[in-house]
Amino acid sequence: MTLSFLIYKIILVVIVFAVTLVVAMYSTYAERKVAAFLQDRIGPNRAGPFGILQPLADGIKMFMKEEVIPGASNKTLFIIGPSLVLLTACMTGVVIPWGSPLVIDGTVYPLQITDVNIGILYLFGVISLGVYGIMIGGWASNNKYSLLGAMRASSQMISYEVAMGLSIIALVMTTGTLSLGQIAEQQHGWHWNVFVQPLGFFIFIICAFAETNRAPFDLPECETELVGGYHTEYSSMKLGFFLFAEYINMFISSAVIATFYFGGYNMPFIERFVQDPNWLAILGVVFLFMKIVFFIFVFMWVRWTLPRFRYDQLMNLGLLFK
Amino acid sequence: MQLTNRSKVVVKKEMTLSERLYIPAIFSGMLITLKHLFRKKVTIQYPEQTREVSKIWRGQHVLKRDEIGAERCTACGLCAVACPAEAITMVAAERKPGEEHLYREEKYAASYEINMLRCIFCGDCEEACPKEAIFLTDRKVDSLYTRAELVYGKDILVEAIEKDKRVDVTARETPDVAEFKANKVFGHNKVFDKNS
Repeated sequence: MTLSFLIYKIILVVIVFAVTLVVAMYSTYAERKVAAFLQDRIGPNRAGPFGILQPLADGIKMFMKEEVIPGASNKTLFIIGPSLVLLTACMTGVVIPWGSPLVIDGTVYPLQITDVNIGILYLFGVISLGVYGIMIGGWASNNKYSLLGAMRASSQMISYEVAMGLSIIALVMTTGTLSLGQIAEQQHGWHWNVFVQPLGFFIFIICAFAETNRAPFDLPECETELVGGYHTEYSSMKLGFFLFAEYINMFISSAVIATFYFGGYNMPFIERFVQDPNWLAILGVVFLFMKIVFFIFVFMWVRWTLPRFRYDQLMNLGLLFK
Repeated sequence: MQLTNRSKVVVKKEMTLSERLYIPAIFSGMLITLKHLFRKKVTIQYPEQTREVSKIWRGQHVLKRDEIGAERCTACGLCAVACPAEAITMVAAERKPGEEHLYREEKYAASYEINMLRCIFCGDCEEACPKEAIFLTDRKVDSLYTRAELVYGKDILVEAIEKDKRVDVTARETPDVAEFKANKVFGHNKVFDKNS
């Protein structure tokens, strides 16, 4: 392992981390805009032109708020909860292939932080850890609503991971690999997995909604029944962490869906126009982000269309076959 | 007892397979929201834009002055009687010699208060007024912080004495209104006749 390789990886990690945070930041803005447009409103448009500084204003607000830690809570766990949620959310971006490798002076620079050969396992292992943050946060709050939210989060996870695991097994069987880099590479041209596994894709995207705790599966939050669910007692930036992690998860989920089923960085017929592999790699990143943005929109579109499932309905959907 | 013919017998029918899958319903729902994405926005961006109001919008009251600038109100109390929300209170006083340019008739309202939190802007006060003194205008009542501030006194209600600062109420003084006001005495008497 040379020093230049190490520096390159560090730079890549920082870029991916920064991009993830920026995309998550602007997802909050996009969410409010999409919600507004779907409801015939305009949405935030006061902070900066078209309201593009709104996420900054929200962030400043979050930092300035008073930090309340309930007296009866377990203080250590109370702080670990949101930290764990954000940490696991940020860890998942590591295995996503953002583009085909760049070749500069004969050296290959892969646009993927690490292509572990068990990438899928790593991904779902880390994502599943996220629910611990929610559980710990909800438990440590010493509040009945938080506890109910945390309980729902864990039982929801158990129920949807069955379906998600099965759809992934189908994908793994067709691709014959657990490495995300190889899955993306195999889908060159028109060989997108969605044409091979349409049902698998459909099940996977439904599970992704549940994974990110978003409507119609936002039972752990469930404002109407549980006040705020697991983050009822949280304030200031700790609440911000929980909310922010949701958007990071949404970004990563969209990236995963795009990589698994929609060709990742591949775009059909692009080789006819661009031959240079480096330009292709850069264009691949652009295409991947276009797909990600589309799926983020789908996430929001679904959220602002469908009402929330009832708790037992979700259990039936996830675990029973009728 | 059947009151209308609109009642329907509820039938709980078994759902078909496509209905049980929910997916067609979900897609049609998502299509509806997608259509709304491109629809004209209904938002009125308040400080820059204001909602258009009707010509006869009933907003904040004004106490009118006559041509020479004397207050028209004689503190007869008919508006207070007519007010269904009991928002109007007044104290009458007698005009002293030398105040003819300030008050139109021998009696005037020393204080005249409308509680804007009680007022329902029905316009009964201007309908009751025999002296064309009180009118509702197209101005909106301010949003204020305390209840006391929202009891408007004569300092806010009476219009300015300068001719160019008078409040225009011609939209509410149409010929129909003038006709109605001219015959109003009989209208009120009819009601009283029935009671007696």
